[in-house]
Amino acid sequence: MNEYNTDETVIDVEHLYKSFGDNRVLNDINFSLRKGENLVVLGKSGAGKSVLIRCIVRLNWPDSGIIKVFGINILEVVEYELNKIRRKIGYLFQGGALYDSMTLKENLLFPLKRGMKNYPESEYDNLVDEVLESVGLLDVKDKVPSELSGGMKKRAGLARTLVLKPEIILYDEPTSGLDPFTSEDISELIVSIKEKFNNSSIIVTHDMKCAKKTADRILVMEHGKFISEGNYNDLKSTKWMI
Amino acid sequence: MLQDSINNFFIEVAKITHFTIQTIANLFKRPFELEEFIKQSYRSGYKTLPLITITALIMGLVLTIQTRPVLVKLGAEAWLPGMVFISVIREMGPVITALIFAGKVGSGIGAEINSMRVTEQIDAMEVSGTYPIKYLVSTRVLATTLMLPILVIYADFIALFGSYIGFTLRSNISFISFFNQAFSDIDFIDIIPAVIKTFFFGFGIGIVSCYKGYFLNKGTEGVGIAANSAVVISSLVIFIIDLIVVQITDLIV
Repeated sequence: MNEYNTDETVIDVEHLYKSFGDNRVLNDINFSLRKGENLVVLGKSGAGKSVLIRCIVRLNWPDSGIIKVFGINILEVVEYELNKIRRKIGYLFQGGALYDSMTLKENLLFPLKRGMKNYPESEYDNLVDEVLESVGLLDVKDKVPSELSGGMKKRAGLARTLVLKPEIILYDEPTSGLDPFTSEDISELIVSIKEKFNNSSIIVTHDMKCAKKTADRILVMEHGKFISEGNYNDLKSTKWMI
Repeated sequence: MLQDSINNFFIEVAKITHFTIQTIANLFKRPFELEEFIKQSYRSGYKTLPLITITALIMGLVLTIQTRPVLVKLGAEAWLPGMVFISVIREMGPVITALIFAGKVGSGIGAEINSMRVTEQIDAMEVSGTYPIKYLVSTRVLATTLMLPILVIYADFIALFGSYIGFTLRSNISFISFFNQAFSDIDFIDIIPAVIKTFFFGFGIGIVSCYKGYFLNKGTEGVGIAANSAVVISSLVIFIIDLIVVQITDLIV
C-alpha cells in the first residue's frame, strides 16, 4: 500500500499545543502527512486524537503551533481563504453528522451547490449518483438519515465528503459503534476510496483491525503525545499494540 | 466573583453583537438562501396561525367582557369598541402575539439549532466550506422579522372579531357598525409605532433564539437549556423593546 510520493507533504504540523482549561489535550505534536498516504492515529479514547484533526480544519483553535495545509498556515488565514482550503479537505464525523431534515441526496447536494460553484448544475445529479454508487447507497438516496442504519450513516457521511472531491480526508473514528462486519466493510471502503481517488487520509481510530487494514503508517498517541511511529508490522509486537 | 460576572456580561454582549453583525452581513451575500427562507417563513408564520387565532380571539373576547361593566357604569358603553381596539393595536396584540411567537417559534429555533450543534451538523457545514450562519441563522432571523408583524396584524383583526362576539353577548349591534365604531377612534399614530415595534420583536426573538442554540455546547442537556433560555430571554427582550418604543412614541406624539 506504500504508493505515496514521500517527497510531497500535504499537511505539516509543528509544535502543536491545545488545552481545555487545565487539561492539556495536545502536547507538542509534530508530524507530516504525505501525498497519497493513509496515516492512522491510534490511541485510547481521550488521548486527543479527535481534537488533533479538529484543529487541522480549525474547528478547534490550538493554543500554539503551526498547521500547514498545502503549505498554508491555516491559523493565519481569514475565513474566506480558510473555506477555500476546507473545500479540499473531507471530514467524516464519528456519528456521520448528516443533516437530519434533508434526504440523503439533498445532504450531498448541500455542499455541492455551495462549494463547487464552477461545476455545471446539470451534472449535479450525475455526480451525486456516482458518489452514492461508490459507497453502495444509490438505492436509498431518497431516504432521510433517521431511516438509515449506523453503517449506512457512516457511508452516507463519507459520500457527502467525497462529493467535493477532496484531496485530503480526515476520518474521525470511522468504525466506532459498528458491528465487526460493518467495521470491516468501512475499512475496505477507506482503502478502495484511496485507490480510486488517490487522496491522502488521516484516520483517527482505536480499532486495531481498522488500523491494520487501512494504514500506510501508524502514529500511536497517548495523553496528547505521539509515543510511537511505524507501519503495522513494526508496531504489532510493541506494548502499545498488544 | 462580581468582577467575573461583570466580565462575563460584557463578553456575552460583545459575542451577541458580533453574531448580530455577522447575521445581518450574511443577508446581503450571494447566493441568497431563498428556499430555506421560504421554508422558515412557512414554519414560523403559517404553522403559528392556529395558536395565534385562538389566543387573539380569546384576548378580544375577555378584554371586552372585563371592560364592559366599568364603561356601562360610566354610561360610556359606546366607547367600548374603540377602547378595546386601541388597547389591542397599541399594546396587547403586539406584546401577547410576540410572547406566544417566542414560546412556539423561539424555543423551536433554539432547540433545533442546538441539536444540530450537538450532533456536529454545524461543524459539518463549516468544514465543507459553507457558511452555517448564512444558511441557518440569517434565514431564520429574516423569517421571524417579517412573519411576526404579519401575525400581529392578523391577530389584531381576530381580536376585534373576538371583541365583537363579547359585545353582542349583552348588546345588539351589527358587525359593520361595530367595526366602524372601532375604526373611528383609531389614528395612524396608533398603528405605525405598533407595527414598527413588531419588526424589532421578531428580529430580537430570531437573534436571541439562534444565538442560544448556536453557541451552547452542553450535549443533549444543552438542547433543553437552549430552548428554555431562548424563550425566557426573548420574552425579556420583547418587554425591553416595548418600553423603549413606548418612551420614544411618547416623546414624538
